[in-house]
Amino acid sequence: MTELNVIAILTATLVIALIGLIVGLLLGLAGKVFHVPTDGKITEVRECLPGNNCGGCGYAGCDALAEAIVKGEAKPSACPVGGAESARKISAVMGLPVEDFVRKVAFVKCSGSCDKTKFIYNYQGAVSCYQISLAPGRGAKACAYGCLGEGSCAKACPFDAIQVVNGRAIVSKEDCRACGKCVSVCPHNLIELIPYDASYVVRCFSQEKGKKVREMCDAGCIGCGICQKNCPTGAITLTNNIAHIDQSLCNGCGTCAEKCPAKVIVRQ
Amino acid sequence: MSLILVIITAALVDNVVLSQFYGLCPFLGVSKQVKTAAGMGAAIIFVVTVSSAICSILYDLVLVTFDLTYLKTIVFIIIIAALVQLVEMVLKKVSRPLYVALGVYLPLITTNCCVLGTVLTNVQKEADFITSVCTGLGASLGFTLSIVLMAGVREKLAHNNVTKSFQGMPVVLLSACLMAIAFYGFKSLV
Repeated sequence: MTELNVIAILTATLVIALIGLIVGLLLGLAGKVFHVPTDGKITEVRECLPGNNCGGCGYAGCDALAEAIVKGEAKPSACPVGGAESARKISAVMGLPVEDFVRKVAFVKCSGSCDKTKFIYNYQGAVSCYQISLAPGRGAKACAYGCLGEGSCAKACPFDAIQVVNGRAIVSKEDCRACGKCVSVCPHNLIELIPYDASYVVRCFSQEKGKKVREMCDAGCIGCGICQKNCPTGAITLTNNIAHIDQSLCNGCGTCAEKCPAKVIVRQ
Repeated sequence: MSLILVIITAALVDNVVLSQFYGLCPFLGVSKQVKTAAGMGAAIIFVVTVSSAICSILYDLVLVTFDLTYLKTIVFIIIIAALVQLVEMVLKKVSRPLYVALGVYLPLITTNCCVLGTVLTNVQKEADFITSVCTGLGASLGFTLSIVLMAGVREKLAHNNVTKSFQGMPVVLLSACLMAIAFYGFKSLV
């Protein structure tokens, strides 16, 4: 082992620290000289935002959103991450009436875990869902609509709320802040933002006909339409062989889940 | 005379963007309008020239003296980051619209490889202070020239009926490619 050269380490530390200090001082001075008075409201609004800079609101970051809110271009409830609390605080700062804020969570419309969906081949070498989705048959799973299981959504999630369990992405309802990053990365458009307190969900997105779905997956929506017929509030519609629940109409009675022959409508 | 040659070499023959492929991010990102491109170019000219000067002095007087040349990258990054911060403050004060138009590309000059690349090449070539500054000035002038040319091309392109598969970035990259070939003609200049 070579002897530690303490003096060299100390000089290096000292020199770098000194350079940093001088640069910092000069910058501080320049900051004073070129100080631009910002609108106090922007700073106040910015402080109410969570500061993740995730871009879930559609603006470049929390600073940009704060500016947009003050200018009136964005609503106080525009931040999906801060949720009801930041919306309330910002409304107070802006002197606007508090709006109802519906907390949303991401939801993956697929039940096809490894033991439920058949695989048509063994795919190796993938690094992202997008790449698998370009493989023949849109991925190794027999179902061309299901979760690809590579976890691009999990990687995109700034809040570590998504995990791939047994070949299927699962969103942790409590950790999800509904920023919508995962929605845009999923090549199969499987992820949807639904209200946090939504009671029932259709956990499938297959647009194949019933017979084919049965051949491919034990947990797929076969498009029979029983849920649509039995829903007392008319919240369920069947389009392209897939049931979809309009959460604003759903009263949470659970008839659909009871009657669903494929058991693909589940309690969230 | 030799200094003018240095500037011409850095600006045209070894153009940072079109023959060394440094700094492509702002080159493609802020070349939509000639005005913002020129603003970006001005910011780059300031940052590269001044950082070339400061880094050259620091390297020769401090790093070589204390035998710390292995720390050059980190020291240069500190200097560049500070200069970019300064440019940001000045721009915010002087020209708010330009500040907004440059957006995220302004702080990104910090990580723009055309800045660090120029500074590190200076040190590698063991250029003296004046030559370093001239190289920095030339390189940044070259960057400004190419980004402004590119913006001009893109402004013209906007009025053209581009084939669907080439719309957006593809046609821009193709134009950049043709520009690089054109700049290749400067190779025999010096």
